[in-house]
Amino acid sequence: MQSETQSGSATKGLLRSALDAMLIPSLAILTAVVLGGIIIASVGGNPFLAYYGLIQGSFGSAKALSETAVWASPYIFAGLAVALAFKGGLFNIGAEGQLAVGAVFAALIGYALPTWVGGDIPAIIHLPLAVIVGMGMGAFWAAIVGFLKAYTGGHEVINTIMMNYIALNTISFLLNGPMKDVNPGNVSARTPLIAESARMPPIFDGLRVHWGFILALLVAYLIWWMLNKTTLGFEIRTVGANPDAAKYAGINVKRTIILSMALSGMLAGLAGTIEVTGLNYRHELGFSIGYGFDAIAIALLGKSHPLGVVLAAILFAAMRNGATRMQFLTQMPVDLISMLQALILLFVAADAIIRFIYRIKAKGERVVLTRGWGG
Amino acid sequence: MDWKRFSFILLIIIVLFGTVVLVGRTKSSAILIVTSMLATTIAVATPLTLGALSGVFCERSGVVNIGIEGMMLTAAFFGWLAAIYMFHVFGADKCPSIIVGLIAAVVTGGLMGLLLAVLSITYKVDQIIGGTVINILAIGLTGFLNRQMFFGSGSVFGGQIPNSPGTLLNIHVPFQEIFNPLCGTSANCLEFVRSFNTVLDQRPIAISAIALVFISHYILFYTRWGLRTRAVGEHPKAADTVGIDVIKMRYANVLIGGMLAGLAGAYFTIESVPSFEPLLTNGRGFISLAAMIFGNWTPIGAWAAALVFGASQALQIKMQLFRDAIPPQWAFLQQSYVVGLIPYILTMVILTGIIGRTTPPAADGVPYEK
Repeated sequence: MQSETQSGSATKGLLRSALDAMLIPSLAILTAVVLGGIIIASVGGNPFLAYYGLIQGSFGSAKALSETAVWASPYIFAGLAVALAFKGGLFNIGAEGQLAVGAVFAALIGYALPTWVGGDIPAIIHLPLAVIVGMGMGAFWAAIVGFLKAYTGGHEVINTIMMNYIALNTISFLLNGPMKDVNPGNVSARTPLIAESARMPPIFDGLRVHWGFILALLVAYLIWWMLNKTTLGFEIRTVGANPDAAKYAGINVKRTIILSMALSGMLAGLAGTIEVTGLNYRHELGFSIGYGFDAIAIALLGKSHPLGVVLAAILFAAMRNGATRMQFLTQMPVDLISMLQALILLFVAADAIIRFIYRIKAKGERVVLTRGWGG
Repeated sequence: MDWKRFSFILLIIIVLFGTVVLVGRTKSSAILIVTSMLATTIAVATPLTLGALSGVFCERSGVVNIGIEGMMLTAAFFGWLAAIYMFHVFGADKCPSIIVGLIAAVVTGGLMGLLLAVLSITYKVDQIIGGTVINILAIGLTGFLNRQMFFGSGSVFGGQIPNSPGTLLNIHVPFQEIFNPLCGTSANCLEFVRSFNTVLDQRPIAISAIALVFISHYILFYTRWGLRTRAVGEHPKAADTVGIDVIKMRYANVLIGGMLAGLAGAYFTIESVPSFEPLLTNGRGFISLAAMIFGNWTPIGAWAAALVFGASQALQIKMQLFRDAIPPQWAFLQQSYVVGLIPYILTMVILTGIIGRTTPPAADGVPYEK
């Protein structure tokens, strides 16, 4: 009887803390939506119709739901990538580059491997191989930055951005040269289509949502488990919270920094990989642009918690997906969504503004997400 | 600037210039190539120099400014938009329109600086997150307005982007006029004198950027304001106890930093080319940060580093020009994507600290709490 009440109150406590955690992000979204409405009205649009279109276009039908899930899949991975790095005390602005590198190499395995081995490859080998290579390249791309951070102190914020531009330039070179789709009539910088055996099947016939979405949810759970239930997760969180304490506790800080960065890049690489294997079946130049900043916004909105990231990713996906319908109904440009997302991010990051507007008292300690140039 | 970093800068610049001279020697004389390369270097280093100065002011007072990129982008857009509005909607002449655009860009930069200041000083938001918010906001805002202003339903331009009133023009230094008579009829001498003018005739923002480097150096190290700024960035508590208003000093410096980033933004759409495209700053705000770090948070050091990046960008431009003169064994120089990697790789090498470690202001990035 007693234990029952205890577990009952424990559940209540858990629910309460979950609600508490969601309070600020929800109010931030609300404030951004109101401000966005004012902006829409001020440029001559109808905010109610615009938001109606946004919701209808993202959740209004089976097809809309499927498309929202299609958008959400890479967002979940990329958001988790940034969130994981945050837990380790690192700010990964390079999800965009890691995602693109993962996508390009997954595509390479997808279209070129059959010709290299000189015959068809069973899907059971080909698809996992493409996914592993994509993940691995994403991890490698980020690990370089982790290595520089651990051994030279080169700040990861600037280095990940530089790696983004290096990735963009290198991929432009590859897609315009050695890896270009040579089909007659192709003028764009893109790879050939990947083989059937490297494609991820859709979950339902006739809808585009693919198994990558399920994989994303699964990986989100795995990351939560890894962070909270394993030694590695404990080490990552300790180094993130206080590298000096971690060092005295006997944790190999350098190794953990490289590992956090590599894991983060792996998740970003997965985001690119599932786009290639599950959706586009090729990599095209420019598709990765913008994902890096979206991923940061998603991680911050989700408070770096895997469940929060999943919810935030679905919200962002719904906004991107519903934007077309909104544009159709109100002639508001799709770019409005970027602005709305920037406002959400602004209010989530500056939660003091939200606390001030809604008169909510701050409690607990400030969470340190990043450090200055010195650390 | 210690000898190690200075010789590194010199070495890189010699290598970059040497490459261009070697490739282009069949097409033009060495002196002409060097001077035109120098001219391009100074011009393209302008936004990097100003961006780095913006960083120096913010960070010397203790506020990390990673939002320079976004400040530049927003200022570039609003400066350009203001110039177009003045020219087409209010029917002003070209020259005043451009000047209004320039002012609008600087004011926009200042407002973005104010936003960073409010976030990081008043609301004590994690400064790197605050800067990232500015970068994302800049992309969303400029992308949205760029479409809405020209293609939106209520647009005064009715679905097309009108011509901008143009760019700021070169300021001619009468070097040729003074020294030409000394040459007499010698063609070589005339060419030599003319090549000097290629370097000297820069546009106004480029010239003011160089002037601002030395002005900033003077302000930071030889005035009371500079001493206070540095005190606030190194040890705010100590500064506070001797009566310096930490919050006010930080606000003022971040505002100055924002305006400098705004001037850098004006370079893109008011001085360089009279048009705007989304994401046109292309990472140069971040490269400015690297220049600031490599310059050890000093204006002159940051300028030297910005020139290195400028030179590598100038190399890319010149390689496109001398494309068909590139020998086959150097074919990689033909690939603009490959040459374009140089500034980014250079940034990463510099940040490793192998070319001399740098020390940021002690309280850089730490919100001040009484």
